[in-house]
Amino acid sequence: MNRHLLSAGDLSRDDALLVLDTAADMDAALAGRSIKKLPTLRGRTVVNLFFEDSTRTRTSFEVAAKRLSADVINFSAKGSSLSKGESLKDTALTLEAMGSDAVVVRHSASGAPHRLATWIRGSVVNAGDGTHEHPTQALLDAYTMRRRTGRLEGLSVAIVGDVLHSRVARSNVLLLSTLGADVTVVAPPTLLPVGVGSWPCHISYDLDAVMPKSDVVMMLRVQHERMQGGFFPTTREYSRRYGLDARRMAALPDDAIVMHPGPMNRGVEIAAEVADSVRSTIVEQVANGVSVRMAVLYLLLGGLMEVDISDAAPVPHERGVA
Amino acid sequence: MTAAHSPDDATFRIGSDAASGSPRPTVGDPSVAHPVLEASDVQRALTRIAHEIVERNHGATDVVILGIPTRGVTLARRIAAKVGEIEGRPAPVGGLDVTMYRDDLRLRGVRPLEPTDIPPAGIDGRTVVLIDDVLFSGRTVRSALDALSDIGRPTAVQLAVLIDRGHRELPIRADYVGKNIPTSLTETVHVLLAEHDGRDGVLLGPADLSREASAAASEEARP
Repeated sequence: MNRHLLSAGDLSRDDALLVLDTAADMDAALAGRSIKKLPTLRGRTVVNLFFEDSTRTRTSFEVAAKRLSADVINFSAKGSSLSKGESLKDTALTLEAMGSDAVVVRHSASGAPHRLATWIRGSVVNAGDGTHEHPTQALLDAYTMRRRTGRLEGLSVAIVGDVLHSRVARSNVLLLSTLGADVTVVAPPTLLPVGVGSWPCHISYDLDAVMPKSDVVMMLRVQHERMQGGFFPTTREYSRRYGLDARRMAALPDDAIVMHPGPMNRGVEIAAEVADSVRSTIVEQVANGVSVRMAVLYLLLGGLMEVDISDAAPVPHERGVA
Repeated sequence: MTAAHSPDDATFRIGSDAASGSPRPTVGDPSVAHPVLEASDVQRALTRIAHEIVERNHGATDVVILGIPTRGVTLARRIAAKVGEIEGRPAPVGGLDVTMYRDDLRLRGVRPLEPTDIPPAGIDGRTVVLIDDVLFSGRTVRSALDALSDIGRPTAVQLAVLIDRGHRELPIRADYVGKNIPTSLTETVHVLLAEHDGRDGVLLGPADLSREASAAASEEARP
């Protein structure tokens, strides 16, 4: 693994499978235990640096870090020196001076985590940057798919809705194609980004045509807050053509699952009866998010060394080869 | 794993097939590993340990056998099967990964986790017998004791190892030992098991040779 997790596209197939397998082992190790805590990252500090509002991602990272016994500092734009106009770089250097080992960052500007990674020595985890990427969401989605369907190789996945504003879609397409899934993005032409033709996936404008051959349908939230101007005539029309209701869900194969990264607009992209159906993995995704983020923090931080490995004093017999 | 070697093979392969790219050392050369236990010795040691577990605990009613991955789990399954034969009913068996509890992660870097599998009845109020292949510094067992205390509260914890090679760094001792092998710190002990290596046996080898083999088969090689 690299020192940072900035893009789902940076993960090799082996790296991605290592994260998923580690998450599964974390799950098994903590299953049925009264003490859901591991001592692995004791003494490490993880900073949650959130320039954008988030409930589930920030909480999920916080729970994950705390289950690994790391110290967590939550730092949000509101009520901090950021609202006084401090730059990203100065904020990062301040956090570094306080001794943070990892920074989990969410920012409204695409690429902010990449810049951050060039300024600080600790690990940087991208928790969503603008409309660009959200790699841990893609990992937890892949983990959920593998748990539910038992495979990723050759799995048919439809990603439906506001692809233009979705960092979840981009990260999922990159990761799932690395893992051998067959991905189709489905959206009205106005909600597809420029350059989508170069993504490793198929493109469709017709949800009804895609449904019967999908093992997984991932509905994306319509991001009204990022929309200036008309991307579709009315919400009702969008919902009729690209929303998932019970009638559409009936066209899915019997064992297909319905996913949504949350937060949901019930009645817009997904009907309440679909969100609450047995096919829906939405609550499971949240639970899996903790396991996957534990795996990511463990793999990035667990063995972080203060010195380069070649400078480290040899410890000839401690582990010893026995 | 390829099971390419037969017990009467004049050459010994170190560790697993991971070392298959290097030329095989032959017996007689002082720089290579030599056998200290043959397959039949391993069998006898495990049978004896199983009997000792039953004897010490007056049966196996409350005994849970937990192996430490990778080879400890294999040994645990074999010992549990033997305890089952003696007692007439199977003993609960599982695996306990201690990676997240190790004290050397900072020094050694992360390593992949191994599966943890605790029998459904749990360990509360039972006697847990931990199984590992080699007892060395005692740090793995220390990690396992910490892991156990987070899972539940056993009445007692006992330790069974196939090989005790000395050089303890912590006040830990085994309750059941297959064989004590005095070693120097530079030597290495390789436990071969049919499930992983195609045959049973224990080899004692010099450090540099084993480091080569263990670098490739590192996850199988824990103290």
